[in-house]
Amino acid sequence: MIKNILNLGDAALYCDFGNDVNQEINSNVIKYFYHIKKLNLKGITNLTPSYNKLIISYDLNIHSFLSLKKKIENIEIKENNKLEKNLIEIPVCCDNNFALDIKRVENKLKLKSEIILEKFFSKNYFCYMTGFVAGMPFLGDLEKDMRLKRLETPRVKVPKGSVGITEQFCNIYTFETPGGWNILGNTPQNIFDTSNQSNPNLVNPGDTIKFHRITLDQYNEIKR
Amino acid sequence: MKSKDRNYFKILRAGINTTYQDLGRNNLYHIGIPFSGAMDKRNFQLLNSLLQNDYNSPVIEFAYQGPHLKYFGKDIFFCISGNVSFKIITKEGVIDGNSYQCYLLKNGDEVDIHSTNKSVYGYFSINGTFGVDYYWGSCSINTQAQIGPNNGNKFSKDLEIEIIDINNSFNKRKLDYLGSTIENIRVIKGTNYDYFSESSQNKFFKESFKITKLSDRMGMRLEGPKIENIVDPNIKSEGLVKGVIQITSAGDPIIMLSDHGTIGGYPKIATVISADYDRLVQLTPGSNIKFKDVSLEDAETLYKLYQMETNNIISQIK
Repeated sequence: MIKNILNLGDAALYCDFGNDVNQEINSNVIKYFYHIKKLNLKGITNLTPSYNKLIISYDLNIHSFLSLKKKIENIEIKENNKLEKNLIEIPVCCDNNFALDIKRVENKLKLKSEIILEKFFSKNYFCYMTGFVAGMPFLGDLEKDMRLKRLETPRVKVPKGSVGITEQFCNIYTFETPGGWNILGNTPQNIFDTSNQSNPNLVNPGDTIKFHRITLDQYNEIKR
Repeated sequence: MKSKDRNYFKILRAGINTTYQDLGRNNLYHIGIPFSGAMDKRNFQLLNSLLQNDYNSPVIEFAYQGPHLKYFGKDIFFCISGNVSFKIITKEGVIDGNSYQCYLLKNGDEVDIHSTNKSVYGYFSINGTFGVDYYWGSCSINTQAQIGPNNGNKFSKDLEIEIIDINNSFNKRKLDYLGSTIENIRVIKGTNYDYFSESSQNKFFKESFKITKLSDRMGMRLEGPKIENIVDPNIKSEGLVKGVIQITSAGDPIIMLSDHGTIGGYPKIATVISADYDRLVQLTPGSNIKFKDVSLEDAETLYKLYQMETNNIISQIK
């Protein structure tokens, strides 16, 4: 399933699963990720799965590129290995104070806001990867008529909990951070929990997400 | 703990970006948490060796200007690594300290760390252990994700630094070491090297780049000749490692450092080799750097040599 293994610098393998972004390729990346993680190989310092790549960082004192590449190439994973999937429900409030870009999205998609939100909440989303900042999930896919580009000028600060869309993806801002996604709402739920060290991420690669819409009162109730 | 039994530093001035660091945390990229850890691993290692501490003991890292600390407790030794100017203020008077030398501190003494010289990072520690909390096996503070002791924040004035253990069998030690600088940063071509025009590829290796002020523990932004992308200014977001040099849409290089975002969507032109990372991070804004292309095999050898050199320096501690 890995098409090619290159080096990324002198201390990481760059495993290429293809160039397309789809759930089939991504599921293969995630299967490899969990499989290698379980092997608990000495000297592996990080595994970074993304849409169609898996980066394996290693300790140069323990491995060289060629020896580790051979080890990874010899790993066999059955195509029909089932991926473990959790279904996670996440409440989102789309009050005007939270839906920072709803007007822009209306204009770009030429759809009324109620239609946009109805479409957004009617689908389940697949988690391709988490990262950039701690716990941020990259989810997909949005319907074709829901896709638009990111903001021309990114916001310096996107509020924590913001739920945004860009192209075929949506995400949740787990921290206040700069960003350019189109914000449709905000979740009161904590997506990344620093105090839970064994499982800090609410959403992990391979999981399925169902957003459900809540009122401002319900939002404040959960937040309290 | 009774206050008379306490050993601690009080921070009179926090300095710039003063944090606890150790070797960092592994195997968390997949949830978006970078390695963190001491930026300059050699100086981190030298400091713990000088103080006869465990190799992964917490130290205090500072950038440009260090903290001013006042000590309360029983006699203790401290040491500073890096190219650092500092004063030791005691009842007898004020003396200028030297890096890589251990000094005695008595109750009420102060250490005022003025600045790092022609470098960015310096390190401070004691013959003992700071009282820190561990997050995923590391006490490194990542201010961006607010992970680590002190609620993941950098130090501030009036903070008290607890010492939970003092090594009483410690003998004062020193090292004659002037530090090591570097002229060219050696890199391995990146996975998107062919995204850039031939003339830009040539410029990347022939011309020099200036380090801008927009540099911190997350990344180092450079300016110089614009690097022209002839394929696509974005790639599908994928994992990053420290040392990766991405080219932004504006054509400028940005080097990922220890607290970097774990995934990114700019093409990668090259990656700094592991042997040159410690010296790269010590280059100050305004410095000019040139990149030199090396093979993967050479990079692996250069890293082994760099490690041997570090061990050789450690063996000269007396």
